[in-house]
Amino acid sequence: MTDFPLSLLGVALWAYLAGAAGALVFQRFEKLANGFGFGMAAAGGLCGLVSCGAALASGMPVASRSIELFPALIPLVRFAIRADALGCFFGLIVSLLAVPLSVYSLGYARSYFGRRNVGVLAALFNLLLLSITLVFLADHVFFFLIAWELMALSASILVCFEHEQDESRGGAVLFFVMSHIGTAALILGFLLLFQASGSYAFTDFHALGAKLSASRRGGVFLLFLFGFGIKAGLVPLHIWLPAAHPVAPSNVSALMSGVLIKTGVYGLIRVCFDFLGAPPQWWGVAVLGLGTVSAVLGVLFALMEHDLKRLLAYHSIENIGIILIGLGAALMLLHSSHPMLASLALIAGLYHTLNHACFKALLFLGAGAVLHATHTRNMEEMGGLAKRMQWTSAFFLLGAAAISALPPLNGFVSEWFTYQSLLQGFGSTPSLIRLMFPLSGAMLALTSALAAACFVKAFGITFLAQPRSAHAREAREASLTMLLGQGLLVAVCVVLGLFPGILLKLLDPLTHQLIGERLSQRLSLAGGLVLSSGAAQGGTVSTLGIVLMLVALLAVPIVLWALFARGARTRIAPTWDCGLRGLTPHMQYTATGFSKPLRMIFKALFRPRREVQREYDLSPYFATTLRFESHVEEVFQTRVYRPLKWLVLRFSRRSRALQAGSIQAYLIYIFLTLLALLLFAL
Amino acid sequence: MNPDPLAILLQTLLLLLLAPLVSGIIKNWKAKLQNRRGPRPWQVYLDLAKFLRKDMVISEHASWIFSFAPYVLFTSALLAGLMVPTLATPAPLSLFGGALALIGLLALGRFFLALGGLDPASAFGGMGSSRDMTLSAIAEPALMLAIFTVAITAGSTDLSQICRSTQSATWRLLNPAHVLAFAAMFVVLLAETGRIPVDNPATHLELTMVHEAMLLEYSGRFLALMEWGASIKQLVLMTLLANVFVPVGLAVSEAGPGALALSLLAYLAKLLALAAAVVLVETTNAKLRLFRVPDLLSAAFVLATLALLSTFLFQ
Repeated sequence: MTDFPLSLLGVALWAYLAGAAGALVFQRFEKLANGFGFGMAAAGGLCGLVSCGAALASGMPVASRSIELFPALIPLVRFAIRADALGCFFGLIVSLLAVPLSVYSLGYARSYFGRRNVGVLAALFNLLLLSITLVFLADHVFFFLIAWELMALSASILVCFEHEQDESRGGAVLFFVMSHIGTAALILGFLLLFQASGSYAFTDFHALGAKLSASRRGGVFLLFLFGFGIKAGLVPLHIWLPAAHPVAPSNVSALMSGVLIKTGVYGLIRVCFDFLGAPPQWWGVAVLGLGTVSAVLGVLFALMEHDLKRLLAYHSIENIGIILIGLGAALMLLHSSHPMLASLALIAGLYHTLNHACFKALLFLGAGAVLHATHTRNMEEMGGLAKRMQWTSAFFLLGAAAISALPPLNGFVSEWFTYQSLLQGFGSTPSLIRLMFPLSGAMLALTSALAAACFVKAFGITFLAQPRSAHAREAREASLTMLLGQGLLVAVCVVLGLFPGILLKLLDPLTHQLIGERLSQRLSLAGGLVLSSGAAQGGTVSTLGIVLMLVALLAVPIVLWALFARGARTRIAPTWDCGLRGLTPHMQYTATGFSKPLRMIFKALFRPRREVQREYDLSPYFATTLRFESHVEEVFQTRVYRPLKWLVLRFSRRSRALQAGSIQAYLIYIFLTLLALLLFAL
Repeated sequence: MNPDPLAILLQTLLLLLLAPLVSGIIKNWKAKLQNRRGPRPWQVYLDLAKFLRKDMVISEHASWIFSFAPYVLFTSALLAGLMVPTLATPAPLSLFGGALALIGLLALGRFFLALGGLDPASAFGGMGSSRDMTLSAIAEPALMLAIFTVAITAGSTDLSQICRSTQSATWRLLNPAHVLAFAAMFVVLLAETGRIPVDNPATHLELTMVHEAMLLEYSGRFLALMEWGASIKQLVLMTLLANVFVPVGLAVSEAGPGALALSLLAYLAKLLALAAAVVLVETTNAKLRLFRVPDLLSAAFVLATLALLSTFLFQ
């Protein structure tokens, strides 16, 4: 590594490795392990941030070479990395999160002191960061797969860090199994690519699609869509995500939802745009369709949750859907040879990838702080935390507004680009399939409105009104490092929202590499403060302008106060209780109650069941005891995965007969296999 | 193309002053149609002035969100109004956002309104928030699709650009795409402004209320901001319907005072026609049960889809 920005990337990788090793070595001294492990992770993130940022900002004029990290000791495997624009952008995301997450972890891991091995937590955290970074940079099939497996392993161990709970172990196993089913598909896909290129280097896979027959290209695409779709949490392959993300320690949940699932997005972009290229129409249609379905179903399932972290995990599915809407539109537009529009759609998807990483990490950190203070993930036992945890609640509110795509924050900017690309995509082809663009736009509108409803619930029930339990009543503000970690992410969200010109410039080399267009000049007016849709008079938006105007319009109420309300006083008094003896926390709306209208409207999907048992003495209107139970069905769990699991178990029970334990039988198997292979070879 | 401070100031004043009047006229006409005398059309101004002067009671359970929400609701509705052309194109703040920003700003206001409803720990507020967020979410796809239909024809999401393109020579009053999209938007207008058959603006302390339930704990000058903000939002949506679909009389910004006065007359006439339509719907219909409202809104979605399909058939 000779050139400056990339050599710093090497430093980042070594820092993660040193952090992992050091944390393990110092595991007996938990304070030292904590400080050293997460300190090195933060330092590595900082190095990665500077190097990837500088590389992207330089415009990456030359095609980057691949570099051997260390000599190959195993045949066929080369430990080569290549920091091209795509890799650098995703490297930027992981580094950008590494810093605030590590700072937060410094405080968060303290709650494990004396109870659990913090050294192991820090070491695995570093390993996860290392492996994710390597996944984005690897330039060789086997190296990629090694990093991919290291990532799955370290993540699944982290998921069951609190292994006494059945939930954690179950989540980890499910993640592990699903992840490996996906890896199997990836290996098959890579082998098919190898057959055509005769090499395992990613560099040699570039534009390989032209050499493959149409059916084989389709097969490769489907294999990768399945493999990477599992990691991304695409519906219906999402089943592991709500099981694994919430049970992990919150800093790890943030890393998983923020970056780990983005490795699936990275893989899809790498395969579709770099390896295969020239997509047929059905790829775009498939990705756009799956993205739309994931977005809507993800948010609908999120609405039914009252476990704060599970709710956030379902929102990751929704946001992956939104990202894939951008990617799918880009593929469709590339097919109809509109490179400019395809770049716009790709930018929308990538912008949302980064945005989601930031606000989802922020929300998970907020949820972690709440969990830390109240010892529960159940929203029905929270409430009133806005008064007790002022900073955390303000940070969470900002994250909630960003994920609900409210102007002027970053979620709004990326969804604005998505809408623009869908709108302009409608004119790109005369065929009937173009109806997909506006319909997907309408579903995106439904998704963001439902997301807003969901976050009104999440924020309102958790942080507002009266505390619903003793734990919530005694909640205290999180420690300084935990707040600092959240504050850094808040700053990133605000900057990405108000100054989108910065990121557009960094995305230039990426769209240039993949599609051959540089759009930042066309998309930003007035030095990046006003965004344009790229078309002449196609529409503009300025988030900074919106903020300034909102502040300026505050003049109206101020003038009104001065004119009319001079003598008016403000009194603090109890909420009107309709003549009862005071309001109790039980009278407030609950999370379950809040989502009831939607549960009824979409009852075909949720199949809600409820059970009410009531005991009374005189009249049924004056119950002495009341038991209420309400369930919704996770359709994919009950309709797809349960029958599938049952089939697999039945098959394995049957095939147990083969494994009788007698050597003679095994010898016959070997003989028959050999015979079959010989016949096959003939 | 840069924002003109004078235009911003004038349009802000227009929105501020006209919004309560439109609400007042609707109330008055509705009463007339029901054989009541009804409040005078300018009663709403007097109400607002009274609210502004009154003392305020804030719930002891409420946090800073409760006091923050009225400002957000009011300013976001006002800012959304500055992106819609009222008398002349372009609108004063076309540069800062178009149809998508307008939808976003209304969502921002609604988000804080719903939080403000939850904050004082009363059961009514939570009920209102839950229902309002649900109904607006169901209304959103129809709204977006209707906007997409006109935006596709105009090739722009900029509302001034959309108005200008519908204003051009090829504009027909009965263009099927526009008629269908208008119908869809009209249903959305009823839902978003809390009109019968979706919500009843005349009820307080009834278990059917949606919008009023969230305002229940607000009093004094915050209530004034909330009420005023809601009426501005109503005016903005009505202006959207009036000027995007029937751009008759809309002047260009360079026009002299004479053209602007003419444009003002046309604008008022269109608003009154829309208000009459709202009054008619409100008096001839009963309020729907909450779980029947999605049927109405999905009908709006179907109308918007048909509108989109017909852009393709009749272009």
